[in-house]
Amino acid sequence: MDLRKRIAIAGADETDRIGIVPDMTPIMMQAQAVRNALADAGLQKSDVDALFVADPSPMSGVQLCEYLGIQPKYIDNTMTGGSSFVIHVEHAMAAINAGLCSVAVIAHGETGFSGRRRRGARQGGFDSSLPAAQFEAPFGAGGPASTYSMAAMRHMHEYGTTSEHLAEVAVATRKWAQLNPKAMMREPLSIEDVLSSRWIAYPFHIYDCCLVTDAGGAVVVVGAERARDLRKKPVWVLGSGEATTHQSLLGMPDLTRTPARYSGQRAFDMAGVSRADIDVVEVYDSFTYTALVTIEELGFCEKGEGGPFLANQRSAPGGDFPMNTNGGGLSYTHPGMYGMFILIEAVRQLRGECGERQVAGAELACVNATGGILSATGTLILGAD
Amino acid sequence: MAEYTKPLPVPSPETQPFWDACARRELTLPFCTACAQFFFYPRAFCPRCFGDAIEWRRCTGRGTLYTFAIQYRPQMIGFTPPYVTAIVQLEEGPRMMTTLVGVTPSPEAIRCDMPVEVTWEQASDEITLPLFRPAG
Ligand SMILES: [Zn+2]
Repeated sequence: MDLRKRIAIAGADETDRIGIVPDMTPIMMQAQAVRNALADAGLQKSDVDALFVADPSPMSGVQLCEYLGIQPKYIDNTMTGGSSFVIHVEHAMAAINAGLCSVAVIAHGETGFSGRRRRGARQGGFDSSLPAAQFEAPFGAGGPASTYSMAAMRHMHEYGTTSEHLAEVAVATRKWAQLNPKAMMREPLSIEDVLSSRWIAYPFHIYDCCLVTDAGGAVVVVGAERARDLRKKPVWVLGSGEATTHQSLLGMPDLTRTPARYSGQRAFDMAGVSRADIDVVEVYDSFTYTALVTIEELGFCEKGEGGPFLANQRSAPGGDFPMNTNGGGLSYTHPGMYGMFILIEAVRQLRGECGERQVAGAELACVNATGGILSATGTLILGAD
Repeated sequence: MAEYTKPLPVPSPETQPFWDACARRELTLPFCTACAQFFFYPRAFCPRCFGDAIEWRRCTGRGTLYTFAIQYRPQMIGFTPPYVTAIVQLEEGPRMMTTLVGVTPSPEAIRCDMPVEVTWEQASDEITLPLFRPAG
């Protein structure tokens, strides 16, 4: 079955405010983002018959339906961390193509910054029955910086990736953020600034690490017929893939690889396009390293060559490999599960809505979100109408 | 003994023998007799063949430093930065996470693939943790 152009993204938007938003709860953000994305699509709440959400609170999908005042016939609570929302697109594709629903809303909202006060100090952070609670936390591993740094260290050892290579990503991403009025960090940033900044978890400087913010976002996914008569031109899903290889760092088969090599291959195979055809790349950058390794895993360069490939500000505005054009999790926003926002940015680039940061003639985008500890990825190839 | 403030593992049925051996300062890992290979972490079935022909076998406690990071932030309660988290590649095959001790927590002092050996830290009456230090 040819799945190309069977579904489209018809609406996409953030919450009214992103960044530091102490007066909103996660579910308020989810609802507002849904409202904004439906308005963007020109659809009503009553059109929605499928809801996709990854909020970790109990029964969050059902809870959001009640909050929105909808009674959809399809619900999906798939939770793979930051890649959830990109994987939801594939699940929506399956459901729409099976005739189970027609208008799917994928919702996100998190108070990663303002919610910190409520969470308190780390107590191990895990259900005691989980492997990480026994075999990682007692040895000092905790938040993402403490684990991704160990993956990056092995990559640096095996492939010669350097702190300068990582800094190139931070600086190029900041240049995009300077063109995005919604980005949180817009001050100039140099390679030297990154290299002289303090360590968070060696080999990561602070500028290698994403922001911690409050934000929500949503997208609306519809079938091909419905996509034709909506407010904006559809952004077509040409290819999709998802993959998971492990959960804990301990369970990771090879610390230098990610499941994006599988999800990426599936997405490119489905779309029938080559890496060279891609005009704009939006990948999860929880850390500079995450973006660098993902570019390798997606096949844009040879394994281990991500550092040299992205050197000389190749992914910055004006470079020949435009990547993370919203300013990324590093400089635009990162509430915790950032995957929603690379999806929104890809839609905007393919619609030509990006103003100063618009990539000229962007017709094909590659999106890759990474969740967990480089655990689960979703890749999409999206095409302009 | 000073009060222990770091997270303590709570053994589960499939991991209890591992922690019992650690309390005797013996590093033992599950060994699948069908695959003739060790695996880690302990679980009820072999993650390769899905069989349950599993024995506990003692390991040498020697290996190499597969990777590490120097934590400059309090990533986990009870830990005082800077400290070194690490993954050790055991001689017997599996990798396990640990804290690297007996070394200055600075980039110059630590390199991937350096030889390491187990050393023990008693955390409570029931729990003794396998930490690692540079070998020799
Ligand atoms: Zn086996």
